[in-house]
Amino acid sequence: MKSGRTSWLVAGLIALALIFPQFVTNKYYLNILIMSGIWSIVASSLNLVLGYTGQVNLAHGAFFGIGAYASALMMLKLHLNFWLALPLAAALAGFFGFLIGLPALRTRGSYFAIGTLCFNIIVTLIIDRWEGLTEGARGLMGIPGPAPIPIPWIGPIAFKTLTAQYYLVLGFLFLTLFAMKRILNSLVGRTFRAIRGNEELAEAVGIPAMRVKLLSFTTSCFFAGIGGVLYASYIGFLSPELTDYHVSFDSLVYIMIGGVGTMAGPIIGTLLFVTIPETLHVAAEYRLFVYGLILILMIIYLPRGIVGGIGSLMGKKTKGVP
Amino acid sequence: MVLLLQQILNGIMLGSVYSLVALGLTLIYGILHIPNFAHGHKYMLAAFTSFFLVTNYHTNYWVALVIAMAVLGLVGMGVERWVYRPLRNAPHINSFIAAIGLLLMIESIALILFGADFRRFPPLYDRPIQLFGLSVTLQRLLVILAAALLIFLLQLFLKRTWLGATIEAVAQSPEGAQFVGISIDRVSSLTFGLGTALAAAAATLITPIFLVYPTMGSGPNLKAFVVIIIGGMGSIPGAVIGGLMLGLIESLGGGFISTDYKDIFAFGALVTFLTFRPMGLFGKGAR
Repeated sequence: MKSGRTSWLVAGLIALALIFPQFVTNKYYLNILIMSGIWSIVASSLNLVLGYTGQVNLAHGAFFGIGAYASALMMLKLHLNFWLALPLAAALAGFFGFLIGLPALRTRGSYFAIGTLCFNIIVTLIIDRWEGLTEGARGLMGIPGPAPIPIPWIGPIAFKTLTAQYYLVLGFLFLTLFAMKRILNSLVGRTFRAIRGNEELAEAVGIPAMRVKLLSFTTSCFFAGIGGVLYASYIGFLSPELTDYHVSFDSLVYIMIGGVGTMAGPIIGTLLFVTIPETLHVAAEYRLFVYGLILILMIIYLPRGIVGGIGSLMGKKTKGVP
Repeated sequence: MVLLLQQILNGIMLGSVYSLVALGLTLIYGILHIPNFAHGHKYMLAAFTSFFLVTNYHTNYWVALVIAMAVLGLVGMGVERWVYRPLRNAPHINSFIAAIGLLLMIESIALILFGADFRRFPPLYDRPIQLFGLSVTLQRLLVILAAALLIFLLQLFLKRTWLGATIEAVAQSPEGAQFVGISIDRVSSLTFGLGTALAAAAATLITPIFLVYPTMGSGPNLKAFVVIIIGGMGSIPGAVIGGLMLGLIESLGGGFISTDYKDIFAFGALVTFLTFRPMGLFGKGAR
């Protein structure tokens, strides 16, 4: 379905991302790119349920946080290896997503958005107050990085340098995007979009809406959990604020600015919103003001985001918008 | 026993503030069908407005209340005109995103203008009163009485005046209302102004008991959303009863079970409601 020109563009961008650290060795820029990569994973996973299935989930920060805290606790208290903690923590985030999805997905529209938002607040409160497990407001410190992968004959691959961390995050970003692409191109992915279009109609043609929504929601939470694990092991410190609903809002902003319901949208939005404020060095309160203003102007004048805007400039058929 | 009564009274006081904030939210939802997520931030602006009126300009407290309501009513109308009106025909999620943008802007304006410090209202009516063996400050009673009066006046306005009737008409059927010559633009503007003024009243009433700071709005904002889901979105009795219920759940849960997890009771109540009665107490079916 994809035109040849777009495939070449994607291949070129992947190649650029792969060789990037060979040219830029500046730690500051690498750090920004690693953070963008992690947040891109989170935003892309939210896009699956929000952009493609049309359910405005505002609990994404909680699932990100559950993944981050679960992996950190597994590594710190149970001394599990990173490579074991990663799938376990992501699966736990997915499992929580399943449990929350069961009641929450019965509601629609604003009810669903506010219900999930309240769930996010409950999770943050529990993490903040359950000091015996999570250290509360003091935060979790000294979370170990990924363990080296031993490979016979070549020797172990360690993740000590920023460049190695960059490739690790990039690898997981590709994995996430690849999984999204495969899901969305499958029959299941089409049922997602059918529900976004019209839930009653989808049910009328025999799509089990609740089960499909639950599948999309759980998958999305699983990948948010992966983002959380990567964040925890990269930064090495976690506090309850990292799980709160501002994380959900941020991801939502990245998606809406980049282009909701498109593959590239969340990544473009994240790159812009993580890099530009970092490099501009403006005071935090003015930054918030500009954020807010851009958000309002974009949503009024360019509601399909940058990707959607470019798409309509090039005369492509409209995509996205739940 | 005394502790129980004290907690109930506190619960009613908190609940009447939640009711006022939720009433504004539910009115706006009933007309425009948007979750106005920046509602709590206007509540915060109102608290600052009346705080500066009383401390810097030595305005009478009740005059400050009225001025804050008027100022915020105008702010609400401006927001409706410049932010929500262009989005009226867009998907609801777009209005929600605009509300998040608005919330960020208002919060940053407050941080730039007022700084992040906590401020305390000068003592006004903090003389304790003996009531059935309870010791209560007058301010707490005034909050309850003033909130009840405002709710009563709102009800009169909606049921007994032409202007109020147009709001109900648009809430029931926008097409029908337009058909008989009611301007949707004007009603939206009026509703937004009214809803925001109610939040301003709530803020001015409660701030002498709590503190004034730029992020003070997010708590009541979320609670008000919990209230209108419990009560049913767009329902006025739902907002009043839901608000009182939430206040009581919070103060009794906080007083007798655990203060640490006080907020969890409120949000837990919401999750319970969503599970068993997703349309709320007075709702007409989940959308």
